[in-house]
Amino acid sequence: MSKMKILLKNGRVIEPSAGIDAVSDILIVDGIIEKMGARLSGGKDVQEIDLKDKIVAPGFIDMHVHLREPGFEHKETIETGTLAAAWGGFTAVCCMPNTSPAIDDASVIKHIAERARSVNDGLVDVYPVAAVTMGREGKYLTPMMELVEAGAVAFTDDGAPVESADVMRRALEYASMLGKPIIQHAEEVSMTKGGVMNEGFVSTALGMQAMPPIAEEIMVNRDIRLAAYAGARYHVAHISTIGSVESVRSAKRKKMPVTCEVTPHHFTLTDESVRSFDTNTKMNPPLRTREDVEAMKEGLHDGTIDVIATDHAPHSYDEKQVEFMYAPFGIVGLETALGLAITELVHKNVLTLVQLIEKLSVNPRRILSLPLIKFGEGEKANLTLIDPECEWIVDTQKFKSKSKNSPFDGWKLTGKAIGVFNKGYFLPT
Amino acid sequence: MPLASRHLLGLEGMPKEDIQLILDTATSFREVLERPIKKVPTLQGKTIVNLFFESSTRTRISFELAERRLSADVVNFSADASSVRKGETLKDTARNIEAMKIDMVVIRHAAPGASHFLSNVIKSNVINAGDGAHEHPTQALLDMYTIREKLGKLDGVRVCIVGDISHSRVALSNIYGLKTMGAVVSVCGPKTLIPREVEKLGVNVFYNVDDALKNADVLNVLRIQLERQDRTFFPSTREYHQYFGITRGRLKNAGKPIVIMHPGPINRDVELSADVADGEASVILQQVLNGVAVRMAVLYLLGTGS
Repeated sequence: MSKMKILLKNGRVIEPSAGIDAVSDILIVDGIIEKMGARLSGGKDVQEIDLKDKIVAPGFIDMHVHLREPGFEHKETIETGTLAAAWGGFTAVCCMPNTSPAIDDASVIKHIAERARSVNDGLVDVYPVAAVTMGREGKYLTPMMELVEAGAVAFTDDGAPVESADVMRRALEYASMLGKPIIQHAEEVSMTKGGVMNEGFVSTALGMQAMPPIAEEIMVNRDIRLAAYAGARYHVAHISTIGSVESVRSAKRKKMPVTCEVTPHHFTLTDESVRSFDTNTKMNPPLRTREDVEAMKEGLHDGTIDVIATDHAPHSYDEKQVEFMYAPFGIVGLETALGLAITELVHKNVLTLVQLIEKLSVNPRRILSLPLIKFGEGEKANLTLIDPECEWIVDTQKFKSKSKNSPFDGWKLTGKAIGVFNKGYFLPT
Repeated sequence: MPLASRHLLGLEGMPKEDIQLILDTATSFREVLERPIKKVPTLQGKTIVNLFFESSTRTRISFELAERRLSADVVNFSADASSVRKGETLKDTARNIEAMKIDMVVIRHAAPGASHFLSNVIKSNVINAGDGAHEHPTQALLDMYTIREKLGKLDGVRVCIVGDISHSRVALSNIYGLKTMGAVVSVCGPKTLIPREVEKLGVNVFYNVDDALKNADVLNVLRIQLERQDRTFFPSTREYHQYFGITRGRLKNAGKPIVIMHPGPINRDVELSADVADGEASVILQQVLNGVAVRMAVLYLLGTGS
């Protein structure tokens, strides 16, 4: 990591919110964009980086990350998680409140913020998402105003859906005063008890207890109604079924403030992968069918799905080295997200690079009311550099994340981040 | 000719020739079981561990008898999976036992895929004696052996599996094996106990047991349990018996002989009325006897393979 004068030469600069898409040089001095334009030249002390055929994008944010600290530091820490984020091309992450203690008190947010500033030179901004209810138990609302004042950017009980419609209604109403969205892990748990994979032909063929797709859809539908009634903003975490995407699409058509995100694994893998009994194919929501994967791509393409987020869920090697039924849900995603997105979406003509950048930077920032990243002289350099044509092979042992639980080990991907800038620091990856 | 795999994890995808070979080999061992001295030296010096993480009487005894009649050294390990889980992992348990130099492991476990997992973490041959509601290959092999013994063939035989298909490893292994051998397979039970998209496995689905009987030469009747994981899937055992139970009256109405099988243990007068279970069409005790012969065949083929 270095703090110096850097000249980015010949990169294709894309900033969708301002409609910028042009080749330009960028001179960065002490973390500030000093100059942009053609054929810039630095001085002797300027480090030049040639970015011909490479992309310069506003820094990416992953709005769904489990940093595991405090409480589960054997899986991940703020230090290893944010380094993994930077290597994956993210200059910011939102950390989920499934920690121990849960993020239901301002003191936890302050602790996280302090740790985030002190590791990796604070290269990656960490935005905590606080719990909706105390201890994520679904009963009593957290002190949302105090939490927002401390730095919470949204609320969710992620992993534990807010089951009670009444609690959800009050949470939506209360959060709407603060202009913050409620993010829901949409799952009607009375239907998913004991389930370890998607319910369908594959679960039947494997004799596995399963989670029906309608368990997600019922909750998405209920919540959309509640959000409309409460006049609140609602965001569906890791959307995964055809029906859920349809519901969000129709809510958007009615101009309701409903948004959603999809994970790379839900637009890449199907439940057929579970036939391997590889516990790295076990996550919640589970991998769905080919038709669902197609619906994710369609939703990304037509704008129904606003955001790509990883649901980065680190678990230690031993925790996943058990029978499928007993393994914890979740996989790491920070270091494969961009490669999968470019390989599966950009190179397969689902999204343009501009649209991809919207879903990795602009849209999540809008949903979370974070300032958009600007390109212009005098602006802070918060950038992700991408080589969309770079071919590489995923090697989980090289992950910066403390955990290696990925089903993509050995996959050949095209496209990756080649560096990030933030807070005056540059990390070539 | 050895089997294609060095493990027996399931019948899904097992080649027809392998099933044929096991059934033919079982015929020889079935003959051994009729001798005054029912023991052969085939697996002398081999050590087999029966790892039972779920309670089982007949399958465990059947495997143990099969192993002893092949002269193998036998070690039994029984534990409740959940209590083991709190202490040692399956991987550690198995690796520790394997460190004592063993040759084969027979595993019964509540988790689907547990035997696959085991085959990835140890070097011994692994035989699946039931993994959750996934597969129970030796049960299906002994069922097929029994049908072949009774009707002389499997090809074209119409077999209906009646009962709780959703939670049954017997049903899945039977479907996979019988389909491979050319049988016509159907399933019958209340809709709440039929897993989704089961028809994609190539089986017919009946919700009316009398319709199912009309289309069957063999009934494989499964044990029914009112409650599973604190959930109920049908109103009562009384109602189940009335509408899905296999009774003498129902069989009479079908107007043709139907072979009655049951993997045990039977809930008398729930899924099967007592007089049918003990009646002339029942081959339930033959199944039990054939189970030993089929397991001897499997142990022999895996234990003496390369």
